[in-house]
Amino acid sequence: MLARKQLFPAGLGLAALATATFLALPLIAIYTRVPIGRLVDQLGSRVVVDALVVSVKTTVIAQLLILLFGTPTAYLLATRRFRGRSLAITLIELPLVLPPAVAGIGLLAAFGRVGMLGGALTFLGWQVPFTQAAVVLAVAFVASPLYVRQAIASFEAVDPTLVDASRTLGAGEARTFARIVLPLAAAGLAAGTALAFARGLGEFGATIMFAGSLQGRTQTLPLAIYAEFDSNFDTALAIGGLLVAVSAVLLLSLKLGFRWKRSDSTSASRFAPSA
Amino acid sequence: MEALRLDISVPLRSFRLELALAVGAETVALVGPSGAGKSTVLRTVAGLVRPERGEITLGDTTWHSSARGIRLDPDERAVGLVFQEYALFPHLTVRQNVAFGGKARVDELLERFRITHLATARPGSLSGGERQRVALARALAREPQVLLLDEPLSALDAETKTAVRGEMHELLHELALPTLLVTHDFADAALLADRIGVIVDGSLVQEGHADEILARPASAFVASLTGANVLSGTARSHGDITEVVLDSGASVFSTDTAIGRVGVAIHPWDISIAREAATDSALNHVRGPVTSVFALGNRVRIGVGGLAGEVTRESAERLGLREGEIVVASFKATATRLLPQT
Repeated sequence: MLARKQLFPAGLGLAALATATFLALPLIAIYTRVPIGRLVDQLGSRVVVDALVVSVKTTVIAQLLILLFGTPTAYLLATRRFRGRSLAITLIELPLVLPPAVAGIGLLAAFGRVGMLGGALTFLGWQVPFTQAAVVLAVAFVASPLYVRQAIASFEAVDPTLVDASRTLGAGEARTFARIVLPLAAAGLAAGTALAFARGLGEFGATIMFAGSLQGRTQTLPLAIYAEFDSNFDTALAIGGLLVAVSAVLLLSLKLGFRWKRSDSTSASRFAPSA
Repeated sequence: MEALRLDISVPLRSFRLELALAVGAETVALVGPSGAGKSTVLRTVAGLVRPERGEITLGDTTWHSSARGIRLDPDERAVGLVFQEYALFPHLTVRQNVAFGGKARVDELLERFRITHLATARPGSLSGGERQRVALARALAREPQVLLLDEPLSALDAETKTAVRGEMHELLHELALPTLLVTHDFADAALLADRIGVIVDGSLVQEGHADEILARPASAFVASLTGANVLSGTARSHGDITEVVLDSGASVFSTDTAIGRVGVAIHPWDISIAREAATDSALNHVRGPVTSVFALGNRVRIGVGGLAGEVTRESAERLGLREGEIVVASFKATATRLLPQT
């Protein structure tokens, strides 16, 4: 018989156990349903290799685009106050909460043959939907908010006094950004990159609508799971196992990255002149 | 050597900073309570704060002119700004921090500031005094033509502070650059600066040598800023001498002339402490128990009846001064300043 005051901690423990079991069970099932050796064998199959190549290529390109455009965007939003700033940030965050199917239909409506830019793209001889470019766009669309949000927070955390110090020491805005701001925000930017990469690698809904699932062209790893699971369950399982491993590694490196020691100087308000 | 001239107006939260100042090859200290706008002066000269209106020039070079629409960026102004908490770059070594300001004289500066042995250390592992030396070296590596020091001693502990103050005085003399120094500590200003400007609520209320400000503070507030005892009361004239009935009911006498509400200022070193009222020339005696005994280096500050007097440690020991002992604080009417009360 439990004493009355032990009921609450016991309840907490039970709930936690149920949660952990529920979350871990599918992951464990992936690795235990068939022998590990068979899973590894399946990874050599044509479908898996093709999907892996498509996934790595499109996710890396999408990630580079996210870094290239997202970093300056985040720095602008972190360091300038202007009308419409909150609106801009909300707009950038919106894809986070958007259903993937909406992202897919939106991308089609914008870049599809009969979409907003369809005429112009066709005129230029560019066919976006159902190509690898479409996969890249879909991945970039759903993954960029994760990076940009994290990057804004990282830039805002850089002590503005250090930026001021750099400027008075003769460094212009660009040199200050490269030598002071970027290195100090690096851990946070790396974390944002890992988050966006993981999200991009797992992208499914927008991709299948906007890019289709053509093996060797637009079929990424998650799409391959979907394509294989009724014909070849073991292959689907193997891909699942691979993605779990990659995600776990990304999450782990993220957590290690956050342990980096941060700046030890004090900060002051950036936008009001301090007396 | 080119002189720094500024005439600026910057709106702050609850008041406006209005300041006109010319600084030659000398150190000018701006002293005032925190929040008086002192740091904003430095940030404006450095180009980190844009004045609403005004002009900042160094010799023939205009750094800022609202009238002519000139505004140089901070990196285009030859300033060395030493920040209050030093703002060293935490991800760079000491050598890299100094070289960030300019690569030409790094070794010489590391040597000059006795930080050569710390060249590969990062700021996080340095003591307060070491950080301050790195910050100075870095600011000078920029080869500034104007030096700006924001509370350069306030981040140091008392012991380090005394040593650093001496070194800094020597350094400033040797550099002979137009230097603006901001501090809330009148004693620091008096020891480091050639001239002192007292800033209250964004305005310069008094300017002069430390001695002048100590001897003739412009107001009771300035007097309290210099560390003087400030009491208030009502003055009435008795011919040659003015009697002030203090708010506590006691009377003190001063050779200054005044009528009505006044502030009464007496410097701690003008107050002598005795067991019994001496029959010397001092006209003012305040009798009461010792309320505090506070050692300041070789001096001891004794609190009696709302006044703080300073005696040497020897005297304090000879008199056996302890809290609760009844003593008499005496000061001359000639050392008692009567001041307007703002």
